[in-house]
Amino acid sequence: MSSQTQTLFEKVWNRHVVVPESNDTPATLYIDLHLIHEVSSPQAFSLLREKNLPVRRPEKTLATLDHSTPTDPEPAARTIPIVTADVARQIQALQDNCAKFGIQLYDLDSDHRGIVHIIGPEQGLTRPGMTIVCGDSHTSTHGAFGALAFGIGTTEVAHVLATQCLLQNKPASMAINITGSLTDGVSAKDLILAIIGKIGVRGGLGHVIEYRGETIDSLSMEQRMTVCNMSIEAGARAGMIAPDQVTFDYLEGREKMPTGARWSELLKSWQDLSSDKNAAFDRQVDIDAGGMRPMITFGTNPGMVMSINDCIPEKGTDESLDKALAYMGLKHGQTLLGQKIDIVFIGSCTNARISDLREAASLLRNRKIAKGLRMLVVPGSQAIKKQAESEGLAQIFIDAGAEWRESGCSMCIAMNGDTVPRGQYVLSTSNRNFEGRQGSGARSILASPLTAAATAINGKISDPVELM
Amino acid sequence: MMQTISIIRSRTVVLTHRNIDTDQILPARFLTTTSRHGLGPHLFADWRYDDQQNPNKDFPLNQVDPAEYQVLVTGDNFGCGSSREHATWALLDYGFSVVISTQIADIFRSNALKNGLLPIIVEPKIHGWLTRHAGEFVEIDLQEQSLTMANGNIVGFPIDPFAKTCLLNGVDPLGFLLQQEAEIAAYEKSDS
Ligand code: SF4
Repeated sequence: MSSQTQTLFEKVWNRHVVVPESNDTPATLYIDLHLIHEVSSPQAFSLLREKNLPVRRPEKTLATLDHSTPTDPEPAARTIPIVTADVARQIQALQDNCAKFGIQLYDLDSDHRGIVHIIGPEQGLTRPGMTIVCGDSHTSTHGAFGALAFGIGTTEVAHVLATQCLLQNKPASMAINITGSLTDGVSAKDLILAIIGKIGVRGGLGHVIEYRGETIDSLSMEQRMTVCNMSIEAGARAGMIAPDQVTFDYLEGREKMPTGARWSELLKSWQDLSSDKNAAFDRQVDIDAGGMRPMITFGTNPGMVMSINDCIPEKGTDESLDKALAYMGLKHGQTLLGQKIDIVFIGSCTNARISDLREAASLLRNRKIAKGLRMLVVPGSQAIKKQAESEGLAQIFIDAGAEWRESGCSMCIAMNGDTVPRGQYVLSTSNRNFEGRQGSGARSILASPLTAAATAINGKISDPVELM
Repeated sequence: MMQTISIIRSRTVVLTHRNIDTDQILPARFLTTTSRHGLGPHLFADWRYDDQQNPNKDFPLNQVDPAEYQVLVTGDNFGCGSSREHATWALLDYGFSVVISTQIADIFRSNALKNGLLPIIVEPKIHGWLTRHAGEFVEIDLQEQSLTMANGNIVGFPIDPFAKTCLLNGVDPLGFLLQQEAEIAAYEKSDS
């Protein structure tokens, strides 16, 4: 076994096999970290209750409130108003379940609360070589640390709670090799949008992607998270990046990260977490990031994407494009530069980290957003909120005319009161431009925080490079 | 608790769109429930109803009686996007027991199999015939892994052998996992 070359994914997979795959049964895979939130967990706890089962390792599960939790600015009493009675029940259910089963919850008033994929890395809970799952498809975010992290359904959430394991068939592997440096104004978000544009929304089906090459090496941890986050938008099971000094520097000293001898031990155990030199991938794709421009979506899935200065494809045989453009109120052959926008949303597990806010603020400093435009800036966690306030970023957003909110998923999923009205255009830093994702009839255009800021200033889609 | 499946004979409803994501199958505003039941009325809500919540006459689901149409034929990459198992629960609650496509997204497929909704992958040619013949009967035999079409053609389909066993015999995968207690405990011991 050890004489064979292995990919990063195979190394992490093999270390977690409790019972190997056979002809008739999937492998039993051990899960190191399980994250839960209010939306995909209540029915999992119901399953445990129906079967009278305890949680096997409660200390390996962590709960937060993010999806249906409102982000209205915090009232004095620190009780955020809940949008509907259903949501109140859902939040109550998570509180009750965590109390009953002994699971730590970052409750509404916790300084640690935030979007589930933001808080894990932030606190040093997400670590190289781990297996991490959550009832949420963007669990792929944690792969930026060299963890094998993927989204699961609610029944599987119950499996992990009860056994700390999952039954899994081994996915195939794909290497995406990226060369060239990102030019000014082009961010990790543009890179991943371009990758999805190239391989398509089904390109990664059944695969774990490893992003590699000089471009990836040069990215910060926050940028790497943005890339891995949207692996699911390419259909992939997970996205991974081999840990390196950038990873270790990011993790050292984080709140939940051990120090001293234990830290040195961990560091040592992460050293061989990269694909062996001649490791075989089932598929390889090469990408040149050198000439890349800011990217923007024009349709109703993230694969319908182009450079900001390009034109929407001409009419062809693709009926789904025709349908998407009809929904979006856009035309074949048109450019999006200058397209009027009603709402700009900076937030989500893709782009609501401190570096995203810094980038957006760098353009908004001493500027105002366009008249009549609504802009929401929603930090990914309470910790990021606090940091942005202490760095003066929050004030820049407020002075520019934007709304500065409590942390949460907000307008990314529009089930918490933050909704785009029917027919309106939203320029969003989130990850899904599906029909109705940001509100019934909402028209979503995905882009980077820089493009979002430039667009907010001009009230129409703008190339951030021109404001830099 | 696990429903068993063996032979299903039913008419098909066809949705030709490709990349139907789980936000279309069940929009996020219906995810505030804490139950697995009662989501059928919200299935494809934004396509099925107009702004006033009246049924949209052009939408295929509004043209048939769900009792006779348990098989949904859809475009490539069905169920992509969010991992919400609510999408599977909504399809089942509405009355579907089979989804046929050329490609089905990974998490959706896994969720479907765990709830007794059978995901079937067919070749583009077979898929093309099925989409051109909406409303015809098909017969699915899980034991034989065969799909019989109204023109008499019989084609095979792949299915994960463990999922097949679970569906045919009503085996709950959680029960299977719980039986591995000794192995799990041994792993935990060696890992700590
Ligand atoms: S921010 Fe959006 S994509 Fe991320 S976890 Fe929340 S709802 Fe999901």
